[in-house]
Amino acid sequence: MSELLELKNVSKVFSRGLLSRSSTTALNNVSLKLSEDEPTILTVAGESGSGKTTLAMLLLGFITPTTGQILYRGQDISKIAGDERMTFRREVQAVFQDPFAVFNPFYTVDHLLTVPISRFKLAKTKREALTRMEEALTAVGLQPNEILGRFPHQLSGGQRQRINVARALLLRPRLLVADEPVSMVDASLRATILETLRNLQRNYGVSIIYITHDLTTAYHISKSIIVLYRGSVMEAGDVDTVIKSPQHPYTRLLIDSIPWPDVNRHWGETEIKARESELTGHGTGCPFYARCPFAMEKCLTPPPLFRLNDHQAASCYLYDKNPSIKPEQLTEMLPV
Amino acid sequence: MNPVLQVIDLRVSYYTDSGRAVALDDVSLSLSAGEKLGLVGESGSGKSTMALAMMRMIKPPGRVEGGQVIVGDTDLIKLSDQEMLRARLSKIAYIPQGAMNSLNPVMRIGAQMADAIRAHDPHVTRSDIDKRCEKSLKSVDLSDAVSKMYPHELSGGMKQRVCIAISILLDPQVIICDEPTSALDVVTQRQVMETIDRIQKEIGAAVILIGHDMGLMAQFVDKVAVMYAGRLMELSPVRQMFTDPKHPYAQALISSLPNLDNKGVFQGIPGLAPSLLRLPGGCPFHPRCTKVMEVCKTVRPEFDTLPDGRQVACHLYSADMHKAA
Repeated sequence: MSELLELKNVSKVFSRGLLSRSSTTALNNVSLKLSEDEPTILTVAGESGSGKTTLAMLLLGFITPTTGQILYRGQDISKIAGDERMTFRREVQAVFQDPFAVFNPFYTVDHLLTVPISRFKLAKTKREALTRMEEALTAVGLQPNEILGRFPHQLSGGQRQRINVARALLLRPRLLVADEPVSMVDASLRATILETLRNLQRNYGVSIIYITHDLTTAYHISKSIIVLYRGSVMEAGDVDTVIKSPQHPYTRLLIDSIPWPDVNRHWGETEIKARESELTGHGTGCPFYARCPFAMEKCLTPPPLFRLNDHQAASCYLYDKNPSIKPEQLTEMLPV
Repeated sequence: MNPVLQVIDLRVSYYTDSGRAVALDDVSLSLSAGEKLGLVGESGSGKSTMALAMMRMIKPPGRVEGGQVIVGDTDLIKLSDQEMLRARLSKIAYIPQGAMNSLNPVMRIGAQMADAIRAHDPHVTRSDIDKRCEKSLKSVDLSDAVSKMYPHELSGGMKQRVCIAISILLDPQVIICDEPTSALDVVTQRQVMETIDRIQKEIGAAVILIGHDMGLMAQFVDKVAVMYAGRLMELSPVRQMFTDPKHPYAQALISSLPNLDNKGVFQGIPGLAPSLLRLPGGCPFHPRCTKVMEVCKTVRPEFDTLPDGRQVACHLYSADMHKAA
């Protein structure tokens, strides 16, 4: 089984200038594999500052890891050059958070679709280009005649975001990195966009890395989930198990804080310990130490991942009776 | 109980080059002290216009064209500009969307709070100001040290709580929160909402929560008002709204929500929200409605009360309404 994407012990540290000694670890020793044969949807969840956007930037090759390697079909993405780089650029696509910022207001939306077609020489004639654009728009549930020739301001946020998905689809990608694709879209349109993404995976065999802070949508769209906090993996596994029975204190807090649209389900049974004002640097231990209601002495050394069951692992000493696993084995916990 | 806030037939239009857009079309509702109302709708449905109109903060090309906003026994729409300045914050407070970015970056928090108090009472003493600021910060769970800090020293959630602290400095009777947590993480969001909830109980104010997060509404408010194209579609107690929505738009909105039991079911609302410049005749929702009838295309349904006290603007229920009347 060959790997589409492989992260090997990737860390990213941002240091603050030449003279300052302080630095921020945005991503701490993350390993991950996505198989080529089985397209899946993997959620990377976390709050702001958890390193999820850093991960997206790394995957897209916009920044390079401080340590570790990212391999795309066996090749280190920071070293891919020439024709292979073009292939990588075509096969790994992104959908970003803000559907308003990615459009140039002076061009019609066609521009966003025609540029990649000519750049990657996807069509020989104008007619063929048009056919491909229409196909892509239809695939995301838009009517081509209502969209083509329009300016961005004439379209709604949901339509624009679907055009972004259509643009990605046009290039027949193997991997789609979706960084908060629905957080700026009206609730009534979220469902439509998520469905579009899921159909991409089902019908076109695209693997999707869905980056979000919204666990409700993650639950609905993905198969497996990785929960990050301050750059470290807190809990990972099957999305059903993790969301319905979270084990790590951080995941429990997160899930308990989701406002479910259900009047019978009460919000906030677990208390929030430590306001963020009280959070200070706490050295090298568990990143959640300062806010954790179960914090113990040994939490000052970073906990490894403990295997809880076939499809769930948590990085917490509460589960130190369970066998620990290496970061590289994380992928085994994620069902596809 | 006497309502502390009454909005009667409030009407706001924006005059643009391509015509007049009625952003708020005869909206009426009332709220008692201690009640929490959620105002939901898609973007462009008039939620924020409603808040701005109640604060008398509509700017040209927009205009309040009629109606009353009565807080206690004063009609805010009739006040002079000077009187309205005083009424803001002391009678009715507003926490705008992204309020945390509206703090002055070069002023300490304490000074910004003192500003607000002095604007209403120029003769207030220094110690009085300090006392009020401390009390207010304490009630949003921030330490007094925050008043000596600058906004950049605070996290997003703390800044948002500072804004809440400012809004309650003068014990207003009505607090309007426009998407108070839309830029915050879930845990911080919960902290902020718990803060608003506690304060609301402490000072007994009526709260209007504007947003499109139905989950937040289910957890926080007592009543939900659903807006569409500048009109109220339905106003129901929160439990009924979630278990038995009446208006087809409210039904579509509720069934599009994700929850734990319907994994993988995505049900969006087909069609698009209409442009306010080219509203369809009759009921504005009829082109997207699954239960559309002939009458919906021509006659605008009245926002009327059902026998059980819920209010809805839909022809499906006109027979029930006649019984009630």
